[in-house]
Amino acid sequence: MSPGKAARVLPTLLKVGFLEAVAYRAELLVWVLSTTMPLIMLALWSAVAREAPVGRFGQADFVAYFLATFIVRQLTGAWVAWQMNFEVRQGTLGMRLLRPIHPFLSYAAENVAALPMRLIVAVPVAVVGLLLVGWGRITHDPALWGIWCMAMLGGWLITFLANLLIGCLALYIDSSEKFMGIWLALFFVFSGYMVPIELFPHGIRTIAGWLPFQYQIGFPVELMTSAIGRGQALSMLARQWGWVAMFAGFVTLLWRGGLRRFAAYGG
Amino acid sequence: MILVHGLRKYYQVHKRPPGLKAAFRSLLHRTYTTVKAVDGISFEIGPGERVGFLGPNGAGKTTTLKVLSGLLHPSEGDVKVDGHVPKRREDVYLKKIMLVMGQKQQLLWDLPPAETFEMNRAIYEVPREQYRATLKELTELLGLGDLIDKPTRQLSLGERMKCELAAALIHRPKVLFLDEPTIGLDVSMQAVIRTFIKQYNERYGATLMLTSHYMDDVAALCPRVIVIDKGQLSYDGLLDDLVRRIRPEKRVVLYLNEAVDKSALLTLGKVVSNDHAMAVLQVPQDAVSATVSRALAHLPVKDLTVENPPLEEVMSELFAGNHLAPTTPETNGKTGNGVQIGVA
Repeated sequence: MSPGKAARVLPTLLKVGFLEAVAYRAELLVWVLSTTMPLIMLALWSAVAREAPVGRFGQADFVAYFLATFIVRQLTGAWVAWQMNFEVRQGTLGMRLLRPIHPFLSYAAENVAALPMRLIVAVPVAVVGLLLVGWGRITHDPALWGIWCMAMLGGWLITFLANLLIGCLALYIDSSEKFMGIWLALFFVFSGYMVPIELFPHGIRTIAGWLPFQYQIGFPVELMTSAIGRGQALSMLARQWGWVAMFAGFVTLLWRGGLRRFAAYGG
Repeated sequence: MILVHGLRKYYQVHKRPPGLKAAFRSLLHRTYTTVKAVDGISFEIGPGERVGFLGPNGAGKTTTLKVLSGLLHPSEGDVKVDGHVPKRREDVYLKKIMLVMGQKQQLLWDLPPAETFEMNRAIYEVPREQYRATLKELTELLGLGDLIDKPTRQLSLGERMKCELAAALIHRPKVLFLDEPTIGLDVSMQAVIRTFIKQYNERYGATLMLTSHYMDDVAALCPRVIVIDKGQLSYDGLLDDLVRRIRPEKRVVLYLNEAVDKSALLTLGKVVSNDHAMAVLQVPQDAVSATVSRALAHLPVKDLTVENPPLEEVMSELFAGNHLAPTTPETNGKTGNGVQIGVA
């Protein structure tokens, strides 16, 4: 499919995805409530830091960190692994394959289309965060904000491609949701979602450095909170996009092989 | 338009006996068997033809349609549709075809069908003017009315199927694969769908390939049928020829002024039924006129009709018995104009 066609189709796909995202108001509310883990961690770590700082983190630093984590998580979410698993088992992936548009583009549009709803949650949190911690905790360097935009796109792509990778496994083994469970367990530990990575012991920090998870959350959060300078930011951005390229390669291979095995169950 | 030569599609299926012990054993050691869903079939279908694809459950009909629409990669064989190899799923090919499955849906479940139509317009790059004209036409032909503005999940099965068909035809496909399009629908809705499909074929010259367990669908739509059983092609030809071959007899239906004794009917032919003032006789084709004359002369006949045996009965007999010998890929590939082959 040509980039031109993708650009022409995308607005309609995003509109449809958005309409689907807002179809159930109650479900939307439950989903909002289910994404508040960083706010819980914020309360927990703030309490711990009340007596004395933890590493370089005082109370205000934890507030800034976890509010940024909440915002980054809201804007880089994807759930296509579950979608693909369902569609492979039910055979409904076939209906997607019948359309003259790459299924990855339609999945991406559906996932991105929920962004406005996520912004409704993320923007007030960002405003509250700024009022609580002040401008001083947020980077003022426009270059770092530029890198942050790229890092957010990279973070979303890693999440989305990891989901696709696990989704494509379903084409080989029928059900791969448990792999998503393993991925999420590692994500919660090594991404900086629950604990800032720099608070880990040296050995675990080294392991985290070799894994993709910190590029989903920790890296963009550190950019927002002025935890790293331009040089380190560019170096990490290069590694993040290296992960993006690696995931994209594996997804392409798994998808091509998987389609040959797809059984299009049912019907 | 459609060329299939030596098509085979095999699956590896994991088999396990029921029970906990077998479940644990299957964790360590799995047994796979090869299922030959389609086992070497060949046929050709010309542009604008309407062909019924028949066979018992598990015969390989849906698998073949999925291969033709590019969803499945064949294990062996050559398949071409309008010059395209379906498994490549090129955009230009996908814009020419559509597979409608009565048990699967493409409509967006939580949104009104109008949103699916609009999405398909964008995806298939249908010019807005053509889209408006097509939608108007489909709305009229299918009687969609305000259905397209209700959430899909709130539509009845029949309403949904009408909208499914509309969504499938927004881009005016040249080739339409229909897999049980009337399944679960009431009789009047089946008739609406059948009429619509025929009109679409006639108006746009689209090629149709239809599977259905409702023989009324096949009788109304498909002059030619391809019969497949256990993955192998067993008949390819005119439906009328198949009926004549399987059930060479005709049915004489007598509407009587008063009930008659069965023994009086037996002298005329085989009695299929004899209920009060209506009797149905089965007689050889060449004996129809003699039977009719004798019935009129000796029985209190008010009216009578001569009919073919019901298609359901023909098919039951066909699938249950060995009326047709399987054809081989070498002999069954030249049947585009409805020539009957491979009949034992």
